[in-house]
Amino acid sequence: MSTVLSPATGLEASTLTSTRIANTADSVSFAGVGKSFGSRTVLADVSVEVERGEVIAILGTSGCGKSTLLRIVAGLDLPTSGVVSIDGTPVSRVDSRCAFAFQEPRLLPWRTLEANVSLGLPKKTPKAAGQARVRELIELVGLADSAGHRPREVSGGMAQRASLARALARNPGVLLLDEPFGALDALTRLKMQDLLLDIHAAAPTTILLVTHDVDEALQLADRVVLLGRNDDAAPDAGAGIRSIVTVPGARPRDRSSHELAELRAELLEGLGIERHHG
Amino acid sequence: MSSLGADPTATSTSTRRSAPGRSTAAGSARGITLLGGAVLPLLLLLAWQGATSLGLVNESQFPSPESVYLAGVDLGQRGLLGLYVAISTQRVLIGFAIGASIGLVIGAIVGLSRTWNVLLAPTLGGIRAVPSLAWVPLLILWLKIGEESKITLIAIGAFFPVYTTVAAALRHVDRQLVEAGRAFGLNGVKLFLTVQLPAVLPSVVAGLRLALAQSWLFLVAAELIAASMGLGFLLSDSGNNGRTDRIFLAILLLAVLGKTSDAVLGLFEKLAARRWS
Ligand SMILES: Nc1ncnc2c1ncn2[C@@H]1O[C@H](COP(=O)(O)OP(=O)(O)OP(=O)(O)O)[C@@H](O)[C@H]1O
Ligand SMILES: [Mg+2]
Repeated sequence: MSTVLSPATGLEASTLTSTRIANTADSVSFAGVGKSFGSRTVLADVSVEVERGEVIAILGTSGCGKSTLLRIVAGLDLPTSGVVSIDGTPVSRVDSRCAFAFQEPRLLPWRTLEANVSLGLPKKTPKAAGQARVRELIELVGLADSAGHRPREVSGGMAQRASLARALARNPGVLLLDEPFGALDALTRLKMQDLLLDIHAAAPTTILLVTHDVDEALQLADRVVLLGRNDDAAPDAGAGIRSIVTVPGARPRDRSSHELAELRAELLEGLGIERHHG
Repeated sequence: MSSLGADPTATSTSTRRSAPGRSTAAGSARGITLLGGAVLPLLLLLAWQGATSLGLVNESQFPSPESVYLAGVDLGQRGLLGLYVAISTQRVLIGFAIGASIGLVIGAIVGLSRTWNVLLAPTLGGIRAVPSLAWVPLLILWLKIGEESKITLIAIGAFFPVYTTVAAALRHVDRQLVEAGRAFGLNGVKLFLTVQLPAVLPSVVAGLRLALAQSWLFLVAAELIAASMGLGFLLSDSGNNGRTDRIFLAILLLAVLGKTSDAVLGLFEKLAARRWS
């Protein structure tokens, strides 16, 4: 019995699927996506195909355009060049197949956590089913005791989990997570990573996950996309895809395996951190 | 072990228990604030009484509290006091309701739409710069000395505080929250009702409060010049007849009415700030 820990750990697969509606996953295709703000080019020629149900981790230094890329997928911003297509149809405005957990929790301050999560429910969800789903998600992310609290009455990490639950409530074809575990302590972070894997195993939606944490990327993703400017590019060129690494092994992975250690060093080097030769 | 104070249940019950204690403390604090606020008026009343009974001031210029009270009783017996208070209050409430409603709508349009902001804001800013009394001759010519002219002037007075606060507040709603709303499929009226309106409600109430205060100002302006009833009329009429006791009475009544209505909206303002932010 793991009664000491929060409800987030001891979850069973059955609770995940009980009120789940349709099981959807959409493919995402980036074709030459570029984005400039005025004269400043942030992204240039990002091209990659993401399969249905795939988990992609996006790594890159701060300010390289990771959030911008996710916002383009969601249709919150339009690319300056190129197209993003979801399941073959180009994204031209806010796309209801996506759900976004922003880098900041962005909860409505005057609503309880529960009411905030219910904002994520798809349109036309029957009321009773919606309520049940919200309660289930709140419990999943370990917020059952704070469901009636307002965002300013809970910690930053709790608000971030509520924001994750709001995105999950959408039952999206593409789940966009922008550093969803950034504000969490190490233990909760690991628990939430496991939770995400469980959710994905029960209902394999497509996930684009932005993170700063190489270990998190290796633990969660099928492939890791390293975003950044090539060393030989002009200093004002936009960031593109520097490398795509396929992570070996089925999830959950052994966090201490030798193969992952090698990949970790490789990715850290890509982020500009030198290897320490012992 | 438990002496370390690490028992989570103990702390949570004590916090819960302290809640009613805190509210009584807040209640008595409010009582002290109310009493404290009454100190200065009482002192002034005493000084007033003293100055008049010691003959330090000329009674015809500066009536005693008693003669002001008697003037009130006298007007009350003639049925004029209640009538004047009622008609003035009615004008303020109707004018305020009209002006504030239009202010809400125009403020929302200008605050939400960049186009309307460009088209309307400069003109409204210009109209706002016109001193209130400048409207009076025109309103009298157009609407005669009936109720409409006064209510229109008060509505003009109530419009601007609401319009400016609502437009400004809507322009400053947290963009990230609005974007989150859009990301979850909200737009148009639904987005407005779910995100923008709740976000600006505290400012709206603050604007209403300003507008109500402004309504009383404009009421007196309107009644001083063109009325046959009401507290403003009482002021100008008594001024013509040299009845300083009635002038004092009217001023005191305006102070009490203005302060009371302001306190009511102040209460709403506090509630709104607690509920919607
Ligand atoms: N609306 C905007 N107008 C102008 N510049 C913008 C805008 N949005 C983003 N940028 C710029 O684009 C760049 C990329 O921003 P973005 O938020 O995508 O970075 P990020 O990779 O998510 O960084 P972080 O890891 O710090 O979150 C930044 O330099 C930022 O200044
Ligand atoms: Mg970012």
